[in-house]
Amino acid sequence: MARSNVKTGMMAAAIAVSMVGVGFAAVPLYRIFCQVTGFGGTTMKVDSAQAATVVATNKPIVIRFDANQRNGLPWEFKPERPTDTVSIGAKDMSIFIAKNLSDEPVTGTATFNVTPALAGQYFNKIQCFCFTEQTLAPGQQVRMPVLYYVDPKIMTDPDTKDIEEITLSYTFYPVEKPKAVDPAGEGS
Amino acid sequence: MTTIAATGADRHGHDHAHDADHKPGFFARWFMSTNHKDIGTLYLIFAIFAGVIGGGISGLMRLELAEPGIQYLQGWASMMAGKEASMDEAYHMWNVLITAHGLIMVFFMVMPAIIGGFGNWFVPLMIGAPDMAFPRMNNISFWLTVVAFIMLLGSSFVPGGTGLGAGTGWTVYAPLSTSGSVGPAVDMAIFSLHLAGAASILGAINFITTIFNMRAPGMTLHKMPLFVWSVLVTAFLLLLALPVLAAAITMLLVDRNFGGAFFDAAAGGDPVLYQHLFWFFGHPEVYIMILPGFGIISQIVATFSRKPVFGYLGMAYAMVAIGVVGFVVWAHHMFTVGMSVDMKMYFTAATMVIAVPTGIKIFSWIATMWGGSVSFKTPMVWAMGFIFMFTVGGVTGVVLANGGLDDNLHDTYYVVAHFHYVLSLGAVFSLFAGFYYWFGKMSGRQLNEFLGHLHFWIFFIGVNVLFFPMHFLGNSGMPRRYPDYPEAFAYWNGIASLGYAIMGVGVIIFFINVFWSLAAGRRAEDNYWGEGATTLEWTLSSPPPYHQFETLPVIK
Repeated sequence: MARSNVKTGMMAAAIAVSMVGVGFAAVPLYRIFCQVTGFGGTTMKVDSAQAATVVATNKPIVIRFDANQRNGLPWEFKPERPTDTVSIGAKDMSIFIAKNLSDEPVTGTATFNVTPALAGQYFNKIQCFCFTEQTLAPGQQVRMPVLYYVDPKIMTDPDTKDIEEITLSYTFYPVEKPKAVDPAGEGS
Repeated sequence: MTTIAATGADRHGHDHAHDADHKPGFFARWFMSTNHKDIGTLYLIFAIFAGVIGGGISGLMRLELAEPGIQYLQGWASMMAGKEASMDEAYHMWNVLITAHGLIMVFFMVMPAIIGGFGNWFVPLMIGAPDMAFPRMNNISFWLTVVAFIMLLGSSFVPGGTGLGAGTGWTVYAPLSTSGSVGPAVDMAIFSLHLAGAASILGAINFITTIFNMRAPGMTLHKMPLFVWSVLVTAFLLLLALPVLAAAITMLLVDRNFGGAFFDAAAGGDPVLYQHLFWFFGHPEVYIMILPGFGIISQIVATFSRKPVFGYLGMAYAMVAIGVVGFVVWAHHMFTVGMSVDMKMYFTAATMVIAVPTGIKIFSWIATMWGGSVSFKTPMVWAMGFIFMFTVGGVTGVVLANGGLDDNLHDTYYVVAHFHYVLSLGAVFSLFAGFYYWFGKMSGRQLNEFLGHLHFWIFFIGVNVLFFPMHFLGNSGMPRRYPDYPEAFAYWNGIASLGYAIMGVGVIIFFINVFWSLAAGRRAEDNYWGEGATTLEWTLSSPPPYHQFETLPVIK
């Protein structure tokens, strides 16, 4: 009986250990899930070859641009134009401008999101400045482009076909360890 | 459930002075215990102690909430800090109080009492086993829980950001628990959860092994008493849910101390992921707290109706169903994070499905009583109180399950009322019911019936006066977790605080009853509830011999 108790106990312990694994596996799985489904406003990333195959329609959609920075980042950060009206499927470039207002070099990194969240899976970015560290010298100003298009499939999805306006929001966060100024960083 | 023919000499505890009943000395018996009954007793004493602290904390909160405005909070914060506390530190103190109340009641009162206490005491007795499968591991589980509790209490005395202590809520949501709470308090609270979780996982392994391998001959799974079924299902829930919590709070530690970014949006993490992980644990956790209560109520209702429980198999598999479905409904705790309508629909529907097996249980209890020869002894009135309160909490649960309605009710006192009806009144009523039911078996002395009834009625009135008005407050939009509120909410808050005082009187009667009965209570015979009590523990003496079932009983 003692041997069989150890066996059952070890099996139960193995379940517990594998559930710890499941807990940690949830992190990459969740990321993949968000990227695939556009869950929670995660936008899609496409390469330019793929983007070239998309045919523009003549239905317009309004894109609003929103820019924020977290407290403690002494930058001015704003979109060049607050809105763009584009045709669904047509590629558009939008510029965000960041300026370091302090008198020392500051590094930031940006995250992004779109609302309504359901539009995330149809908001395709060909080029953007997300998650790359951006270091600005004192007083330096950079213009950062976002190249994107709205997938025409948005018009056939019953949950999204009524969307007439999408907001693309960027937030710059300070990167804690300041790095040396990278002259190649300007206007990237 | 079954007819029992206990065999051999151990049927009656006539061999008290004999070798089988040899007890070790005080220190070895209580500090190095490997005996399931002694560990169960330790768990019960520990849970009562923790419950007094957790309940005392809720008393502080009801005192502060009795009137609009901040009356006492700043004074308490100053007392804790040893200096004049700022208003922010006072608010932080409030967060520490709600956090401590939640964590203590969940991890150090309900779980140790219902699983560690009654589970340890009665699972081996009910299945005819001499002890738990891993007695030494049982000891580790208990003392880990004690260390975890000390760790949590200790966290209140070290900095946790704005003031002393961990003020994250029992959910420990990021980013409040990561970048929002600088200082060792939250680390200590998280470590306390690790320890308590490890203790519970070890306990779960122990219960599963005991129940699978150590049943007496003839005790098939489908003949096990429902309390044993409930502990088995609970043990599996613990085994599957707690490791995920351990993973999630380990990620919190990494984010806090080692520059991780699991939940840090600035570096590409997602705080909502923490909520998913937490509630993947958190929802099964609420069933972990209530399922053994279901088991206790089933035993009691059958005993005092002098009938086997109605629909035994349905009752057992309803618990299994609740356990299984409980793992796929977690996001109903986070309807407001910005889910799509489809996801809300799924989680609403899945949540409502749980009302089906729960309804099976409620109706089967009523059907057991129906036509039975019901005697209204103290455990039975507590059990009937449980059924009533749990149904009220279940109905508000179905309301809250609606994703659309929850947008309005999320984080209001309506939610507070709901989960206190199912836990503070559900789980706690089942604990009191079990305590009155088994106290004579555990101690050898019966609790006083009159004091037990008095305790029940005062407590019952108190908790309803305390928690029912919270439905009104929540419907009018009073948010949770604030120490203050506008004048408009004063009336029902005053009544709720009055209810707390009434409940407190009930608890005092309970303690009088326990101490009086231990000293001078009527001696309990082997089966003091009579013919309705058919499970194996009633074939033993009260209290049972130190080692029981050396000759295994045979179940027909």
